[in-house]
Amino acid sequence: MKLLAQRLTLGLLLLLAASVLIFMGTEILPGDVAQSILGQSATPQALANLREQLGVNEPAMTRYFDWLFGVLRGDLGTALTNGQDIATAMAGRLSNTLFLACSAAVIAVPLAIILGVIAVRYRGQWPDKLISGVTLTSVSIPEFMLGYIAMYFLTVKFQIFPSVSTIHEGMSLLDKFQAIAIPVLVLVLVVLGHMMRMTRAAILNVMQSAYIETAELKGLRPITVIARHAFPNAIAPVVNVVMINLAYLVVGVVVVEVVFVFPGMGQYLVDHVTKRDVPVVQACGLVFAAVYIGLNMLADIVSILSNPRLRHRK
Amino acid sequence: MGEILLDARDLKIGATVYPAGEPPKDITIVHGVSFTLEKGKVLGLIGESGAGKSTIGLSAMAYGRGGVRITGGQMFLNGRDILSEGPSGLRELRGGEVTYVAQSAAAAFNPAMRLIDQVIETTLRRGLANREEAENRAIDLFRQLGLPSPETIGKRYPHQVSGGQLQRVMTAMALCPRPSLVIFDEPTTALDVTTQIDVLAAIKKAIHDTGVAALYITHDLAVVAQVADEIMVLKSGRTVEHGDVQQIIEAPREDYTRALVSVRSIDHEAKPPAAEPLLQIKNLTARYPGLSQDVLKNVSVEIAQGQTLAIVGESGSGKSTLARAITGLLPPSKGAITFAGRRLSDKLETRTRDDLRELQMIYQMADVAMNPRHTVGTIIGRPLEFYFGLRGAQKRKRVQELLDQIEMGKNFIDRYPAELSGGQKQRVCIARALAAKPKLIICDEVTSALDPLVADGILKLLLDLQAQEDVAYMFITHDLATVRAIADGIAVMHRGKVVRYGPKAQVLSPPFDDYTDLLLASVPEMKLGWLESVIEHRAGAQD
Amino acid sequence: MRSIPLSALVGLLFVALYFIGAIFADLIAPYGMAEVVGDVWEPSSAEHWLGTDSIGRDLLSRLIYGGQTTILVATAATLLSFAVGATLGLTAAVMGGWADQVLSRFIDLMMSIPTLIFALVVLSVMPVTLLVLILVMGLLDSTRVFRLSRAVAVDINVMDYVEAAKLRGEGRRWVIFHEILPNALSPLVAEMGLRFIFMVLFISTLSFLGLGVQPPLADWGGIVKENKDGIIYGIPAALIPAFAIATLAISVNLVADWILNKTTSLKGGRDG
Repeated sequence: MKLLAQRLTLGLLLLLAASVLIFMGTEILPGDVAQSILGQSATPQALANLREQLGVNEPAMTRYFDWLFGVLRGDLGTALTNGQDIATAMAGRLSNTLFLACSAAVIAVPLAIILGVIAVRYRGQWPDKLISGVTLTSVSIPEFMLGYIAMYFLTVKFQIFPSVSTIHEGMSLLDKFQAIAIPVLVLVLVVLGHMMRMTRAAILNVMQSAYIETAELKGLRPITVIARHAFPNAIAPVVNVVMINLAYLVVGVVVVEVVFVFPGMGQYLVDHVTKRDVPVVQACGLVFAAVYIGLNMLADIVSILSNPRLRHRK
Repeated sequence: MGEILLDARDLKIGATVYPAGEPPKDITIVHGVSFTLEKGKVLGLIGESGAGKSTIGLSAMAYGRGGVRITGGQMFLNGRDILSEGPSGLRELRGGEVTYVAQSAAAAFNPAMRLIDQVIETTLRRGLANREEAENRAIDLFRQLGLPSPETIGKRYPHQVSGGQLQRVMTAMALCPRPSLVIFDEPTTALDVTTQIDVLAAIKKAIHDTGVAALYITHDLAVVAQVADEIMVLKSGRTVEHGDVQQIIEAPREDYTRALVSVRSIDHEAKPPAAEPLLQIKNLTARYPGLSQDVLKNVSVEIAQGQTLAIVGESGSGKSTLARAITGLLPPSKGAITFAGRRLSDKLETRTRDDLRELQMIYQMADVAMNPRHTVGTIIGRPLEFYFGLRGAQKRKRVQELLDQIEMGKNFIDRYPAELSGGQKQRVCIARALAAKPKLIICDEVTSALDPLVADGILKLLLDLQAQEDVAYMFITHDLATVRAIADGIAVMHRGKVVRYGPKAQVLSPPFDDYTDLLLASVPEMKLGWLESVIEHRAGAQD
Repeated sequence: MRSIPLSALVGLLFVALYFIGAIFADLIAPYGMAEVVGDVWEPSSAEHWLGTDSIGRDLLSRLIYGGQTTILVATAATLLSFAVGATLGLTAAVMGGWADQVLSRFIDLMMSIPTLIFALVVLSVMPVTLLVLILVMGLLDSTRVFRLSRAVAVDINVMDYVEAAKLRGEGRRWVIFHEILPNALSPLVAEMGLRFIFMVLFISTLSFLGLGVQPPLADWGGIVKENKDGIIYGIPAALIPAFAIATLAISVNLVADWILNKTTSLKGGRDG
C-alpha cells in the first residue's frame, strides 16, 4: 500500500513537472513569440495586440500559475486563431480519439499476446521466424506509410471501405465502426510489432527460469507448466509491455488521424501547431502527456500488485 | 547383491554449441559411461566442472538441459529403457519414479506459489493421495528434515524462507511422491559450511528413513563420502574410477582420484609472530551508507611483513567489508589503519601513490577482474607504466619476467582473458598485483571459484611468491582447509566482529569459543562417519 | 567475422546505396529538384522512371534529393544525440552521487512526454529551419542515448576490473576511456543504428505533418505529403518515398542486429 501511494504521488509530481516543461517549451524560447507567430511582415500594432493577448508582458511565473490554475478548474483558455473555448472544442475530439485508440487497443493487445506466445512456443521454427520478420518490417515502416498502403489498396483499388473516416454525433455505432475500420487496422499494425516483440522477450525470459525446469522435471504437461508456473510470473512483465506499447498508440494516433482526416485530438494538435496557436498546443500537449504518464503509472502499479515479494512481506 | 534399479549402458551425451563467428558445431559431453545402482543405495557422482556429472544425473530422467541430448547408449530404470519412452511415458517417469533436487532451491521454486502447493503438486496430479493426505505427508517430511514449524512453513512463499531451509523443502518436494530414485544435484554447494552440515544430515536421514535410492552429484569428495555407498569419479565425460566409498577415499587406484583425495595437503609451517607489524588495524568500525547497522564492529588485527593472516568467516561476517575498508573503498566511521609505519588516509582519493602501490588486491572472480578488451600484456603492463614509468621494450621485458614468475609462458603476452583457463586468469591477476612490487596483497576468496586441483596450484604459487618477494598476504576465505594450508595467523569473523584471533596453532586448538567450534566442526573431512560424529558432538555441546 | 550473414550483407548494400545516392545526388539525379518537366502525375516512362509528381516534377530526381535531406538531417541529429547523450550518460555513471541523480531525474521527466508531442509543442513557436529541426530532434532523442549509455556504464562500473583501476589510482579519464568505453562500444554502436532509423522516421513524420522540412526543399516525408492526394485517384506516387524510408530503416536494422549478435556471442565466448 505504501508503495502504491508512493507511485501515485510520483505520477502526479511527474505530471506537474511535465506541465512546467510544456509551458517552458512554448514560452521561454529565444526570440519573440508574437513575432514568430505572426511572421516578419506583421504590423507593430498587431504584434502589440498579440503580446497583450498572450500576456507576454507579465513575468513567466505568473503566467504559468494562471495557466495551471485555469487547467485545474477545467479552463484550458481560448484559441488565438478563432477565439473558441479550447475545452469545449476539445471535448468531442478527445472522445473521438479515445474511441479510435481504445478500439485499436482492444484488438491489438490480445493479438500481440497470442502471437507472442505462439512465437515462444515455436521458438526458432517458422512461425517464430515469420512473426519476427513481420515485426521487423512493421517497426521500420512509418505510420503514415501503413496508412496510405491500406488506403490505396482497401479503399481505392478494391473499394472495400470509405477513404475518409469522418465520424459525427448522429452516426450509429455500426457506421462509426465501419468509418474507423482502416485507421484502427493501421493503428493495430503500428503497435503490434513493438508489443509482440517485447511480449515474446518477456515470456521467453520467464520460460528460461530454473523453476520452469523444475516443473518440467515434475513431469507436468506442457499446458500445466505454462498455466500454473509460467503464466502467474509472466503477468507483470507482459502487462508492463502492453502499457509501454499503448504509449506508441498515443503518438501513432496523431499521424493516423492526419492521414485519414479523422476529427480527433491529433488532427486538432497538428492543425494548431501549423497555425502557431500556442494555447491550443499547450492544452493538447498536456492532455497527451497526462495520458502517457497515466499509462506508465498503471504499468508500474500492476507490476507492484502482481509481485509476490511485495504482496507477502517476510 | 540387491535388485538393480538403474542401469546405464555406454551412455553418450552431446550438445550443439554456437561459438562466436563460426558455424554451430556438435560436441560430445559424455563419452560412453556405464554404471548400475541398486535399490535403496546412494551413488555419488564426483568430478570437477565440465566432468559431465550433472548431465549424467539428468539423463536418468531422460532430460537434457538447453541443447543437450542423449546421443547413444541405454538407460534402464526397473528394467525399462527410459530413453525410448515417448512424451507421456516420460511424464509418468519424471516427478513420479524419479525426482530432482537442484543446486539453487531459491531459483528452482516458483516465486508466485506457496511452498506446500509446489511440494504436493505431483502427488495430487498423479492422484496418489487426496489433498489432506498429501499435505500430511509433506508435513511429516518437513518434520523429518528438521524444518522449523513444519505445520505452517508450507504456507509461506519461497522468498520468505532461508536458503538452507528451502534446500530441505526441495528435498521434501522430491520425496513426497514416493519416488524410487532421487537425483541430488550439488544440493549443499551454495550454502555456508555451518548450514551445509544441517542440510547434509537431513538429506542423509531422509534417504535412510524412506529407503529411496539416490544419485548424489557434487564436486566435493568429502561431502559425498558422508552420504554415498558407492562413488564414481568422472573426468571430461569419462569414468576414471568406480568403487565403494571406503575403497575410493582410503585406497584410490587412479592418480586422478589420489590427487582429489589428497588435495589441500600442502604443508606449511607457520612463521613465528614478528615484533613489528606491517599493517595495523585498530578498532575499525564501518557501515555502508544508508544502512543503520555496522558491518564491522571494533575490528583490530595486525599483519607482519612476509606473513599471511587469514580472515575466516561465512557470508555476512564482514570479511570482505574489512578488505574494502583497508583499501579505502569504504571509509570507516571509527578506528585507524597504519601501514608500513604511516597512517593511511580513510579515503581512497587522498592516499598517496605509494600507499596505493604497496597495497594490492586480488579478486575472487578473475573473469571480471580483468578488462576483457585488454591483452595480458596491457593488464600486467599498466601498473608498470603507471607506478614505474616503464614503456616499450623495457615494459615488455618486465611483463615477460612476471609471466615466468607465475609459471606461464611468454607467448601469453598478446592473449585476451577470454582465451585463458580459470587458473591462468587468476595467475595473471596475481602477476598484475606483483607488478606493483607491493608489501601487502589482499586476496579475497581467490581460490573459491576454482576446481580443487587448480586451487591447489594457485595456493602453492602464492606460497612460493611469498618466499621470493617477502610479501604479506591478507587471505580472506570461508574455507578452513585453505586456511590450514596457507596461514600464519588467523582471525575468525562472525557478524562483523573478530571472535578469535592469534597464531594458527593457537586458533586451531582447544579450548574453542562456541562459534569457532561450530565452524571447525562443520568443515567436511574426508573420512567415513565424520558426519555422525559431528552431529553427536553438537548434540553433546547443546546438553 | 569472416562470414557475414546474408541478411546483414543485403542491409549493408542498401545502406551504402542510399548514402552514396545522398552524397552524389547532384551527379545522379536526371533532373533538377524543383524543375517542372512534365504533366501532373505522369506514369512511369523512359524519361521519368518513376513518373512525375503533383506539379509535374521528375519523381526520381526528387526522391534522390529528398534522400539527401532526410539522410543529412537524420545523420546530424543522430550524431548530436550521441554526442550529448553518451557524454552525459557515461559521466553520470562514473560520477554517481547527486550529479547522477539530478541528471537521471531530469531525463525521466523529459521522457514522460512523448517525443513527437514535445517536438510539436516546441516547433509551434520556433522557426522551422533545418538547424532547428536537427537541434530539436537530436536533443529530445539524446534522452534515450543517455539512458542506455548510463545503464551500460553503470553495469561496467561495478566490475572488479574497474575497481582495480580505481585502486591503482587511475584518474576518471582513464577509467572512462580505457576501462568503460571499450566495453560499452558495441551496444552503443548497435543502438546508434536504431537511433538513426528512429531519426529517419521522426523527420519523415514531421515533414509529413507539414512541420518538418519546408518547401521548396523536400525530404521523403514531405514528398509523401505533396503526393498524398493522388492516392484517392489511384496514383501511388506517395507510396514510393514511403517505400524508400522503409527499406532504409529495415536495412539499418539488419546491420544493427548483426553487430549486436556479433558482440553478444563474443561475450558468450568470454564466459564459456
